[in-house]
Amino acid sequence: MNVMLLFLAVLGAIILWWMAGQRLTSKPWLEASAIQVAATGSRDVPGLAAKVGLYVFLGVVGALFSLFISAYSMRMGAGDWGAMPIPTVLWFNTVVLVAVSAVLQWARIEAEDGRMEILRPMLALGFTLACLFLVGQLQAWRSLIADGYVLADNPANSFFYMLTGFHGLHILGGLVVIGRTTVRAFANDIPSARLRLSVSLCSIYFHFMLAVWLILFALFAGWANDVVDLCRQLFS
Amino acid sequence: MVEIPAGSASAIPAAEVADMELYHPKSWWTKYVFSQDAKVIAVQYALTAISIGLVALVLSWLMRLQLAFPGYFAFIDADRYYQFITMHGMIMVIYLLTALFLGGFGNYLIPLMVGARDMVFPYANMLSYWIYLIAVLILVAGFFVPGGPTGAGWTLYPPQAVLSGTPGGRDMGILFMLSSLIVFIIGFTMGGLNYVVTVLQGRARGMTLMRMPLTVWGIFTATVMALLAFPALFVACVMMLFDRLLGTSFFMPAIVEMGEQLQHGGGSPILFQHLFWFFGHPEVYIVALPAFGIVSDLISTHARKNIFGYRMMVWAIVIIGALSFIVWAHHMYVSGMNPNFGFFFATTTLIIAIPTAIKVYNWVLTLWRGDIHLTLPMLFALAFIVTFVNGGLTGLFLGNVVVDVPLSDTMFVVAHFHMVMGVAPILVIFGAIYHWYPKVTGRMLNDTLGHVHFWITFLGTYAIFFPMHYLGLLGVPRRYYELGETAFVPPSAHSLNIFITIMALFVGAAQMVFLFNLVWSLSRGRLAGGNPWRATTLEWQTPQTPPAHGNWGKDLPVVYRWAYDYSVPGAPEDFIPQTEPARDIPTREVVA
Repeated sequence: MNVMLLFLAVLGAIILWWMAGQRLTSKPWLEASAIQVAATGSRDVPGLAAKVGLYVFLGVVGALFSLFISAYSMRMGAGDWGAMPIPTVLWFNTVVLVAVSAVLQWARIEAEDGRMEILRPMLALGFTLACLFLVGQLQAWRSLIADGYVLADNPANSFFYMLTGFHGLHILGGLVVIGRTTVRAFANDIPSARLRLSVSLCSIYFHFMLAVWLILFALFAGWANDVVDLCRQLFS
Repeated sequence: MVEIPAGSASAIPAAEVADMELYHPKSWWTKYVFSQDAKVIAVQYALTAISIGLVALVLSWLMRLQLAFPGYFAFIDADRYYQFITMHGMIMVIYLLTALFLGGFGNYLIPLMVGARDMVFPYANMLSYWIYLIAVLILVAGFFVPGGPTGAGWTLYPPQAVLSGTPGGRDMGILFMLSSLIVFIIGFTMGGLNYVVTVLQGRARGMTLMRMPLTVWGIFTATVMALLAFPALFVACVMMLFDRLLGTSFFMPAIVEMGEQLQHGGGSPILFQHLFWFFGHPEVYIVALPAFGIVSDLISTHARKNIFGYRMMVWAIVIIGALSFIVWAHHMYVSGMNPNFGFFFATTTLIIAIPTAIKVYNWVLTLWRGDIHLTLPMLFALAFIVTFVNGGLTGLFLGNVVVDVPLSDTMFVVAHFHMVMGVAPILVIFGAIYHWYPKVTGRMLNDTLGHVHFWITFLGTYAIFFPMHYLGLLGVPRRYYELGETAFVPPSAHSLNIFITIMALFVGAAQMVFLFNLVWSLSRGRLAGGNPWRATTLEWQTPQTPPAHGNWGKDLPVVYRWAYDYSVPGAPEDFIPQTEPARDIPTREVVA
């Protein structure tokens, strides 16, 4: 559970930092009529609620993957763990996902500047690349199965398929949103506030999923083994 | 003496906050069934939760009948008994308490109490309810599949949960249970995002965090906890489904079932316990924190006195929420853990008692020299304090490893957690329903029926669970279908069991009075008016009662003071609503 506790510690630090700005030491019973705008003043920014909503959601997704990784590190300690090879296609997929993230970031900048003629192809490119990533992941599964690394043979295999599967599902969900945003971008002549918001939410989401993927990839490739070992020893 | 810029309030223009776009229902279906209005969703959540809770109540009757009269009821065999236990526990903890506090009260009270028109994401909010309903239906469907529902205990420990020795283990039962939980968590996440973001971003002008009623603080903190804790249950359920359906070995060790070696090997059942209790212990506080918050508001309102130590109450809620994430392994003392581990978790467990005790003291000090009105909400709130202290004290016993080990598998634990997280939150739910029913329906609940309901429930639950502690100290084991030839259990334990069962039937039946009251008062109850309890918080200041769609009419409310200005010296009335500017009314410090 140490990975999860680490995640919680980071999250706790963020919450503490936020709460420090919320005047939690104020004495509300002495403050009739003095209206504080500070605590609530910034929310007139349009779309801030959606952004906060996305960040909270990413917190939940982060908790989910931290727990999966905690389980991974705890199960790894048992004797029957047999590491599996990394199919070459995963490298290619990683590059593709980095490209998705970069393209969406670019799209976000173009949307802010209002250049629809660049925004549209960027979104379409992002959508295609994200699809390509999913196809690549399926290809990785196929090549592993062809090499005889099936799901139930070894806990390392089971975790690999389960974690890539869940990560893929999250990418699929993001893909739906990019798709809708792209359709909207082609239907509108000017980048409305709503469209700009959608583009920036998509890019934030895919940056996060890229970070999750890099951590998972490091785990599968075994680079994170030392960290995992260290975490395990801390608690036993 | 603190200098207050008095009179500055009049200069502030109303409703500077960008008003949200409301969706407008076009037909009867979108107004009452597929509604995106948080108030309708709240009622839907509450009715669904109470209905499934009644199923769990009947299951508890059946269990008690078996314990008191073993062998009399042919249809309760050992398998059925375990199925009843499992479903009773799971329904009560997750599908009733969690759903009712967060989905029911959260949906109704958060937008009204913080002065919003609705939740921030109304569509996701609607989906949340319908997904919850699907989860409940999957759960209920589990009763009708071949082999019946799972009988693995509400903790669903592997490997037994997925083996043929456990009812539903090799049949469909466990699959329905796990899928239902997964669906529930997906639905809850949608609702939970709404509750959190509405508190963060939807507050009316002037509603700083430290002016929020404690009810909102309790529900808010509990939701944050639930959003972080439920993924652990999700992960555990998914991995167990993999083990059961796809033959992986996450949790399954090498095992022989019915003389046959299974293909599993090397998995760790303890890993499941860690994941489960990483969810399971915060879950206790996910249920308790909304109850803490609500009870604070009930006590303050009905004792006509500001809550004692508001800041401490807020901090205690947050600290309890944070600490509850590092105590989970105290449920696993008997799983053979490292003693240092046990020491760590015993310490954190006992530390939680400090903020909790602060809350109890503050409730009592709020009552001290208050103008206590013994209304039904107040009676339930008082009953909660007593019950919670009772259950909490036995929790201190069980938090110690050496005391827990002998008591862990006895009825003492059953008595403890039913007191502290069964009866206590349920009492708050009742109190809250008596308190807010007038706002939801516009009519008061019947007082006489309410008193009958209160006294039978309060005294009756004590008659049920108090003797259970003694059974536990005598060593009567929990989870046993029948005691059989157990030499160390004296015959008196058996007559006590019969007494408990009769009381359980009686208390359960008394809940029908409550349900009748809910239905009867809907059309026959006394008209309540907008603010029958003369309370300060925003939900009582709505232009219409019940609040119309959009809650606030044309202008959003502006908040000028905290939620607890009761009996302010010099004020014309003994309460000052949060929307009241400071102009003519003396504030507390003027006389202080």
